[in-house]
Amino acid sequence: MAGSIITITLRNILGGAVLAALLIFSIGTAAAVAMRGQGLGVLGVADWSAVRFTLWQACLSAGLSVGIAIPVSRALARQSFIGRQTLITLLGAPFILPVIVGVLGLLAVFGRAGWISGMLTWAGFAKLSIYGAPGVILAHVFFNLPLATRFLLQGWGSVPTERFRVAHSLAASPWAYFRLIEWPVLRSVIPGAFLLVFLLCLTSFAVALAVGGGPKGTTIELAIYQAFRLDFDLGKAASLAVVQFSLCGGLAILAFLVPLPQTDGLGLDRLPQRLDASAHRAADAFWIAIAAAFLIFPLGAIFLRGVGYIPDLPHQVIAASLTSTLIALTPTLVCITMALSLALAFARRGKLARSLAEGIGVLGLATSPLVVGTGLFLIIFPYAHPMTFAVPITASVNAMMALPFALRVLMPAVRDTYADYLQLRSSLNITRWVWLSWIVLPRLRRPLGFAAGLAVALSMGDLGVIALFADPDLQTLPLMLYRLMGAYQMDQAAAVAVVLVIQSLALFWIFDRGGQGYVRSK
Amino acid sequence: MRITSLFAGLFLATTAVAETPVLTIYTYDSFVSDWGPGPAVEAAFEATCGCDLQMVGTGDGAALLARLKLEGSRTDADIVMGLDTNLTAAAADTGLFDPTSVTANYAVPGGWDDPLFVPFDWGYFAFVQNVGLQSPKNFRALADSDLKIVIQDPRSSTPGLGLLMWVKAAYGNDAADIWADLSDNIVTVTAGWSEAYGMFLEGEADMVLSYTTSPAYHTIAEGDASKSFAVFDEGHYMQIEVAGKLASSDQSALADQFLQFMVSDTFQSIIPTTNWMFPAVTPAAGLPEKFPKALSAAQSLIFSPREAADLRNVALAEWQAVLSQ
Repeated sequence: MAGSIITITLRNILGGAVLAALLIFSIGTAAAVAMRGQGLGVLGVADWSAVRFTLWQACLSAGLSVGIAIPVSRALARQSFIGRQTLITLLGAPFILPVIVGVLGLLAVFGRAGWISGMLTWAGFAKLSIYGAPGVILAHVFFNLPLATRFLLQGWGSVPTERFRVAHSLAASPWAYFRLIEWPVLRSVIPGAFLLVFLLCLTSFAVALAVGGGPKGTTIELAIYQAFRLDFDLGKAASLAVVQFSLCGGLAILAFLVPLPQTDGLGLDRLPQRLDASAHRAADAFWIAIAAAFLIFPLGAIFLRGVGYIPDLPHQVIAASLTSTLIALTPTLVCITMALSLALAFARRGKLARSLAEGIGVLGLATSPLVVGTGLFLIIFPYAHPMTFAVPITASVNAMMALPFALRVLMPAVRDTYADYLQLRSSLNITRWVWLSWIVLPRLRRPLGFAAGLAVALSMGDLGVIALFADPDLQTLPLMLYRLMGAYQMDQAAAVAVVLVIQSLALFWIFDRGGQGYVRSK
Repeated sequence: MRITSLFAGLFLATTAVAETPVLTIYTYDSFVSDWGPGPAVEAAFEATCGCDLQMVGTGDGAALLARLKLEGSRTDADIVMGLDTNLTAAAADTGLFDPTSVTANYAVPGGWDDPLFVPFDWGYFAFVQNVGLQSPKNFRALADSDLKIVIQDPRSSTPGLGLLMWVKAAYGNDAADIWADLSDNIVTVTAGWSEAYGMFLEGEADMVLSYTTSPAYHTIAEGDASKSFAVFDEGHYMQIEVAGKLASSDQSALADQFLQFMVSDTFQSIIPTTNWMFPAVTPAAGLPEKFPKALSAAQSLIFSPREAADLRNVALAEWQAVLSQ
């Protein structure tokens, strides 16, 4: 069969190169650490309990985030109201918050000295205490529900309006709506969204610790931290990294095994318009209000805490803000190029090849930043001074961390475009250039904008690859924030947090809106 | 023409830089930050050394040691500054450090005598609270009270490890019982000092593990006298921060010069109000007014570096077992 022969085209070379780079960054760095540690280390009882806790909290957090995102995203997709666009933009905020800022924002609402506790004590009740498992879940849902909602919104947006029209004119029952229109969408989006949130929770450790109430909240990432810092047991660190990869791989296989619904029938290629909005107004309002409150109160607390101190910030904040922007834009470009290369190379391949590419694509999120940093350091150090690579390394690692998101957004879009328009291409004998620039890219504009927005925001909030590659003269906003906190300057740190959030959201918004321009001008 | 002169200028500039000896110091990140001692120290030393002092910040003390182990004798660093005595045994075991001949009239309680490392500052761990709170007098009283505390994880934080050693030094084999009794006072255990201190300032707990010098920061830098620390009658565990010269250094004489400068009046006067620790050698002008007083030698608890290294894993396992229940 001709289709099974892999043709050597630029697209395949690019796709292959991206996969190779990903493997080096993820498994290669873990291997470098293992080699330096003279093989993989043996895991003890405490390590396995960390693995169990990690798995438990990541599953629960991802399940809850995605579960709540279903009604919330459907409500946002179905209803139109004033402030809808702002709310959708704000959904990008928790995701980019430095952990410590997000946690303090949450505590301002849910903490022992928070607003809710204040009201409870005023009314004569005991203070609210979220520390422990509830805190971990609450924090992870706060950080990830908005992301899951955005992903699901993307899915709702892919349903052609014509389908709603048909359903409407046939007076379809809510059950029929769900079974025939909504369920296929959910089935295609949920596994990927679950996987991403799961991976984000898999490698987090400061959140679980800060609100986890004690060493019960030990995640694999913290065990890796301990292996490095206290024991300098590189073999064990590498073993734990392997466990992280295995969990990621196992879940990725499960997620990609879920059969994708066939894209059946092509609409008129317009922004979906739902005709069942009025029937669900009350329920939708409920979900939107809940989600908005959960999002806006902690964010508002962060804003109020810091905004007054912005005028007091030292002049370094301007340089830090520019550095952050530049450092964030480079990985965004790299990430989008990588994701597009992979999507174009693999979107039309068989299920197995595509799943493999997507599986390798998400490895970036399953890597421990500490292991990647150390591995790269070990690889580079014998030949050159690691500090000279500070910027390219930070850019590549950030790009790799953002890639799973971009890929998740782009792969289905590319696949759908090919499925919907490939016949047109062969029947009209369209040249490759016209095909890409007139048909494929315009259809990818929205997902591209969203993916770039996610990548840029993620890279802004990221501390960079850990201190091993730190260039002492390069200060980013997150680094400045941590340094201010370390120097007791909590007020100024709160102000930097506000600057960071506003700047990241602005960049996110510019890319995200840029991607919607074509749809809006209908 | 213009391009040629630009090239010539660049070339000359590079040669000029190449002729200035460079002294590279690895230290913890908060030392080199704009709000730490780094900028003032760099300016003061460069004014006299005819060299380029490059300070590279790497996480905290433990991250510093891990980095040094990764680089081994091929490291660029001439000096490592910012290890504490919980780490110096492991640092000495690497065999990467050279003895120094630096001497000074140290104000470190219990004195200082180590062939490899030179202290530059020190402090006491303590629970910081708001003025007016009825302070517990020791860990037992704290455990019996309803007071809520935030502490740091010994696996990821230097003060966290310090608290572990503090309880071990004060209670020895009873340490596990103390932790068991404390568990209902602990609101949460954070990854680092900043999270814990931030939570305390936002009112999440009555007390936070920090240093006796923390209230002095609020008083001196912010004019806010609302913070104090609880004096514990079993004594307070000390943190002594040290620097050492690497055997692989190609700037050995300059490194010696820096270590001597480090215990000089100039360097030591910078420490109190930038690093918020006690200077290792009391400056001629004395400590800033409103700085806390040093405790008596009997109140100053510390394990020797070797004891600390030997006890750490036992104490950590104990802590983890008790608090994980």
